[in-house]
Amino acid sequence: MHKNATTKSYIVGFLLSIVLTLAAYFLVANHLLADKILLTSILGLAVVQLMIQLLFFLHLGKEKKPRWNLMILISFVGIILIIVVGSIIITSHLNYNMMPKDMGQYMLQEEGMQK
Amino acid sequence: MKATKDLPNEKTDNHKAAADERTIFGFWVYLMTDLLMFAGLFAAYAVLHNNTFGGPTTHELFNLPFALAETLILLTSSFTCGLGMLAAHKNKKNHVLAWFAVTFLLGLAFLGLELSEFSKLVSEGNTWQRNAFLSSFFTLVATHGLHITVGLLWMSICMGAVWFRGLTPGITRKLTLLSMFWHFLDIVWIFIFTVVYLMGVM
Repeated sequence: MHKNATTKSYIVGFLLSIVLTLAAYFLVANHLLADKILLTSILGLAVVQLMIQLLFFLHLGKEKKPRWNLMILISFVGIILIIVVGSIIITSHLNYNMMPKDMGQYMLQEEGMQK
Repeated sequence: MKATKDLPNEKTDNHKAAADERTIFGFWVYLMTDLLMFAGLFAAYAVLHNNTFGGPTTHELFNLPFALAETLILLTSSFTCGLGMLAAHKNKKNHVLAWFAVTFLLGLAFLGLELSEFSKLVSEGNTWQRNAFLSSFFTLVATHGLHITVGLLWMSICMGAVWFRGLTPGITRKLTLLSMFWHFLDIVWIFIFTVVYLMGVM
């Protein structure tokens, strides 16, 4: 993965990473955007920085075909998204559905249980 | 005559290159499984970070400039590690030792900052036993710190090997794997910085 690397690619990757880190930091420190847009933009900046480091530090773009490293990365990213996003969605629904008041009503209506 | 003599050599070189590629691919698969473990810890943190059980929230605990300093130190160490790899491919032994020494010191500085943050939290009574948020926080960040510690140990062993035995193909291959590990840890830290510190203070 490293044979074709040049000093230039490392310098470009390093500078871009610093710019993206500082951008995310100043967005949050000065609270320049509304909450939801701010959240989306700092997560976006992190993903862009991930791609830049994969390209310029790990040289994923210069891999020979077939691109096994890239393919296995993509499949793992899929699994990771299922784990992380799935956990967040399930738990927020769980917290909602496990509220005692709702639960009592739910059991009366859906399950036909009587007190 | 010369051409036929070169042929077997070329063949073994190709074999070696293919073996190197297989090793690198195997290590890449290991890194991906490691990423999967971090994903589990991130999921736990995302689910639990509001469960403070009356303790301080993320907003009160985290110091953003401190986390930024940690981030920039680790990012710079990832960069110097890459420069060390370039020197290794150019067979410049002293440059390799110098760049990896810089990387090692930056990694050590990062680890020191992280441990001082942990000791400050613990001395204020905010240990991992206090609530679910702090348990998941310490598990996630300390697992990364443990990886950094292992990376530093590995780096010192590799530097010793370069110092005493020079840049043999085997050692260059080990340095390649080490540098992949180090870049990987920097990538994981980007997400810790974003998800734990930036989103915590937001």
